Amino acid sequence: MNSGRRHTKKAFPWRRSLWIASLLTPALVVMVLFVLWPLLSAFRLAFYEFNGLQPTGFIGFENFRKVLFEQPYSDWTYNALKHNIIAFAALMVFENGTAFLLAYALLKALPGHRIHQVIVFLPVVLSAVIVGFLWKLFLHPLFGLVNQTLALVGIGAIPWLGNEHTALGSVLFANIWHWLGFPTLVLLAGMQRVSKEVIEAARLDGAGDYALMTKIIWPLIAPSVTIVTILTFIGSFNWFEIPYVMAGLTGSPGGATDVLGLYFYRTAFGSTTTGIQDFGQGSALAVMMFIIVAGVTAIALRYLRRREIEL
Amino acid sequence: MAHATDISFWTWRQEDKAAYNELFADFTKANPDIHVKFESFPDENYPTIVSTALAAGKGGDVIHTHAYGWLEQFVKAGYFEPQDLTTVPSLANQPADALVAGTYRADKKVYSLPFASQTLGLFINKDVFAKAGLTPPTTWDEFITVSKALKDKGIYPLANGMGTSWFNEMFVAIFTNPFLGQEFVSDLTSGKTTFKDPRYVAALGKLLELRDYMPPGFEGIDYDTAGQLFISGKAAMLAGGSFDIATYRSQNPAINMDFVAPPMAKAGDTPQVTKFFDGGYAVNAKSANKEAALKLVNWMGTKEFGDKFSALLGNISPIKGVVIKDELLAHVAKLNETAMPHINVVYFRFEKPTGSELLQGDITKMMSGSITPDQLAADLTSGLAKWYKPFQGK
Repeated sequence: MNSGRRHTKKAFPWRRSLWIASLLTPALVVMVLFVLWPLLSAFRLAFYEFNGLQPTGFIGFENFRKVLFEQPYSDWTYNALKHNIIAFAALMVFENGTAFLLAYALLKALPGHRIHQVIVFLPVVLSAVIVGFLWKLFLHPLFGLVNQTLALVGIGAIPWLGNEHTALGSVLFANIWHWLGFPTLVLLAGMQRVSKEVIEAARLDGAGDYALMTKIIWPLIAPSVTIVTILTFIGSFNWFEIPYVMAGLTGSPGGATDVLGLYFYRTAFGSTTTGIQDFGQGSALAVMMFIIVAGVTAIALRYLRRREIEL
Repeated sequence: MAHATDISFWTWRQEDKAAYNELFADFTKANPDIHVKFESFPDENYPTIVSTALAAGKGGDVIHTHAYGWLEQFVKAGYFEPQDLTTVPSLANQPADALVAGTYRADKKVYSLPFASQTLGLFINKDVFAKAGLTPPTTWDEFITVSKALKDKGIYPLANGMGTSWFNEMFVAIFTNPFLGQEFVSDLTSGKTTFKDPRYVAALGKLLELRDYMPPGFEGIDYDTAGQLFISGKAAMLAGGSFDIATYRSQNPAINMDFVAPPMAKAGDTPQVTKFFDGGYAVNAKSANKEAALKLVNWMGTKEFGDKFSALLGNISPIKGVVIKDELLAHVAKLNETAMPHINVVYFRFEKPTGSELLQGDITKMMSGSITPDQLAADLTSGLAKWYKPFQGK
């Protein structure tokens, strides 16, 4: 085998390299132009002051200082960050928790489980913008399906998206409804990979449903759990469309649904009614978000992978 | 024959294409050597598109601009040509407060010829009032009495909610301005006082009384819903802008509505609507056809343009002596004579954080009772003190 590979390499070294390069080039060009270049530009711009339209000078870490330590920007940053963290926690518990139970139920292949699979997965194929609009309508205080139903049992109009105590929860609910099928599918795939012999052996040893789940299936689906956890983390920090469509760019009411994605977009691009364009401060927020997501993902991956091996 | 020149007009107003093309055809009739091409871009990306194009030395010859702080960023970067009475003689047709909207604060020169004023006040559904046997209110006390009566009859007195940030800012301006008065504005802009002024805090407090007369779940009622409640007759009044007159008429051609000043603090006060200018027409400093562009802008400041502009677009042209044929619009233009400025938009959108950002963030909290008017006033003052010198240390 080895000699064969050496032989090929020797016979067509430059042709082969050229061939590989020509295949890779289109993808590389796209990567550099649309991923690497904007990313590096954002890093560069984070260190510049803007006059609303253009960079006016290098200012070191000033933009970072402002968004982290200078009010009111720092208040807005921590408020948004807090909501990203809440979103992650809520999605882990409610979305992935439900997904786990659903996956287990589907695994048992009860009658009609195929239809159930389709129902659970269906919302995933909708676009986030449509899901946002749909739930905004459902939750409308006067005409929404939810309040109309509640009115039947005598509960008055609840401003789900207008009340600062219910707004974030409402937006999260829509998000869970949208994505639930995805972790369900990943976990189900993980569970289906657990070999029947292992399960049978456990059953013969007298393991009930609970023991089977906690002692056998849960440890063996560790790779799926890793994927679901990491994707949930990235998703809850890149969160944008659903809060944007349901509660607007300013995270109304009073910043109750503001998240980092909305805040940095608003800061960078401004809007005719609220702000002035500031790519410097916006980029500083984007860079911080990138560092948080990349850093935590790297650490979590390391930890979770190690856990997979230990298991 | 002079060589024909093609110039372009850039705007975010895609919906106004037919009207502008008609206006530009008139211009070409008078100036056969100049042809104007209408080019429009999506509203939300317009600032970015314009700044990117101008930075590259491109962009339209004449650029439709928003006013105040929005315009100032572009002027500061040197993208627009100053206009004066020698290059744009029709500037003389503009009232002083309109010119402020297109003036750069640092050099006091005009960079954008104002195109329209917007008035904020109270829409009245006359049929709803007639049916309920009530008269539209003029004072705050009347407003409360009438609202109670409407509510008893199962009609929402006021259609507004708090679900759309930019609309909330207008809501605040509409109902607080009659309690503030012109003197407050001059005290504020001269640095004599801040938003922590008891007059401002008291005016904010008045807004809390409105909660009882807004639709149930008003915290979540957005701009579109408010409009629907009003035009369908479910609500009797709506605090909104003259820019929606045409929209409401097209959505419900049978609507019998009026647009009046919001309730006065007490009988005998001057009725006070809120006014701001929506933007203007600027000339690209790098335009290869600057002369033709200035000619077009000058024409857009004439009475001839203003008359037709108001008729075609249902907007109020600020040009002196413009005849507005539409009865309701003419009435609104009359209300403008004693209007108050939209304080946040006219004075506090020049730097970050803008008054709009600060107010929009806090007002829903105040209306839901989680912060007091005092706290809102303090947040607004301390936020603006970052760049507005008269507030610093206060």
